[in-house]
Amino acid sequence: MRRHLVLGFGVVLSLFPFYWMVVMATNSTEEILKFPPAVTPGGELMANVSKVFTEIDFFESMLNTVLAATGATVLVLLFDSLAAFTFAKFHFPGRTVLFVLLLATMMIPPQLSAIPQFVVMAQFGWVGSLKALIIPATVNAFGIFWMRQYIAGAVHDELLEAARLDGCGFLRQYWHVGLPVVRPALGFLGIYTFISVWNDYLWPLVVLVDPDRLTLQVALGQLNRTHDTDYSMVMAGTVLAVIPLLIVFLIGARNFIADLAKGAVRG
Amino acid sequence: MRKYLPQYLAISPFFLLFGIFGLFPMVFLLYLAFHYWDGVGEMKFVGLDQFAFLVTDDTFWLSLSNTLQIWVLSTAPTLFLGLVIAFVLHSSVRFTTFYRIAYFVPSVTSLVAVAIVFGSIFSSNFGLLNAVLDWIGAAKVPWLTSELGIKVSISALIVWQWTGYNAIIYLAGLQAIPSEVFDAATVDGASRWQILWRIVIPMMRPVILFTVIASTIGGLQTFTEAQILVGEEGGPGQAGMTMVLYLYQQAFKHNDFGYGAAIGVGLFLVVLLFSVINWRLVQRGERP
Repeated sequence: MRRHLVLGFGVVLSLFPFYWMVVMATNSTEEILKFPPAVTPGGELMANVSKVFTEIDFFESMLNTVLAATGATVLVLLFDSLAAFTFAKFHFPGRTVLFVLLLATMMIPPQLSAIPQFVVMAQFGWVGSLKALIIPATVNAFGIFWMRQYIAGAVHDELLEAARLDGCGFLRQYWHVGLPVVRPALGFLGIYTFISVWNDYLWPLVVLVDPDRLTLQVALGQLNRTHDTDYSMVMAGTVLAVIPLLIVFLIGARNFIADLAKGAVRG
Repeated sequence: MRKYLPQYLAISPFFLLFGIFGLFPMVFLLYLAFHYWDGVGEMKFVGLDQFAFLVTDDTFWLSLSNTLQIWVLSTAPTLFLGLVIAFVLHSSVRFTTFYRIAYFVPSVTSLVAVAIVFGSIFSSNFGLLNAVLDWIGAAKVPWLTSELGIKVSISALIVWQWTGYNAIIYLAGLQAIPSEVFDAATVDGASRWQILWRIVIPMMRPVILFTVIASTIGGLQTFTEAQILVGEEGGPGQAGMTMVLYLYQQAFKHNDFGYGAAIGVGLFLVVLLFSVINWRLVQRGERP
């Protein structure tokens, strides 16, 4: 019983900011700032949401975020599974060196390259475009490493050998033998990538220079900066930006958490 | 070589894209740090001037000190509480899925959103926390308007967001320890604290190292928390000015790309130093 008391207290702390976010988003700012403040959800959500819609182009930002996250996820799944399958199941000259090189690239902190990458984007003419969010996000050494570990154990060599004897070339072995087996791993990596791109802030803040073409996080940061006294409206925007992602997470939460924990312990 | 062509093609996207968006930018960062550039006009070679300024720039050293202080203030409670929660979760049989999801959810929630919510909780004038303190008759605390308050608030946010994540990873580490070990210790009369400190922590060394390394890499790059909570100037006394925030401010707000790049090189050296320390820790663990 004492255990559940401790754990329950932790859950309250863990979930309270979400509750508070909803309380603020559903009350008027006056209700929040009066003393004592409102502590239960109110009925002002729609009013606050409509204010958000007049302040920022919410649906445009949402669309941009969905496009960037989906584009990056699809490309990551394709590139990473293909590379991981190759590293896990094929021998070719330089395999070990290239894999070590790949692991070494994980040492570079991504925030660091914001400045030079911005210059690269300027050269490509991608500043302000969603391509600047999608293409660099496909460089994902962690994904290849993680998938390789999975494929090494999950895809049996005999199966590949049989496919080879049946005349399957490299791509067909990948498509017909490799991919079906690694589907659970794709689920994890897909959710992971989608969440990372959806939540990313510094890079889109830097590279999306066109104020009419932002992601949700950047638009939300801007809303917070310019209307920092209208708590309710900002919170309504925050709720809107958080909920779609929470749904994506909760759908796969059980397996996702288990896969992540396994990867961390093994790696 | 020809017969390996499909394999090389299959792994080529990563190396190609890394070259363009990973390796080249790092080299270019160094190049840029030897120049003055406002992002529009001609680049002007200035030799070591940017670095000479960097080592005498109080704000740079302040940002380094802030980053490290926030890192310690946030990482120590995060890892300790994570371990405690994992330990309790491990001995609990019911509702574990619910607990796991509830504890994990903060780590997948948008940092911008979380920082906005925490801003409204910690706000010195209108915040929930000060309203509660006022209500119980205690003095208000200048959370986001004093130097220590800013660091505590940013750290509290990080602790809130990452404790559950680390607990889940520790839990997986705990589950990898055979249950006979716990049984034997209990039979021998070990208390729960003794089991935690004498058995669990030594056996979980690799997992703990993983979380320390992950927290170091994350902590040295703290940006969004500070930018949303106290703004681009770092708040009163620049107490929230982290290294990445300073880099961002110099390059993208003051259009001083050369100096921003020099800060980047400085940050890279700090990250490198900590990587070497972490690596030594891992190495020492592997020796028998």
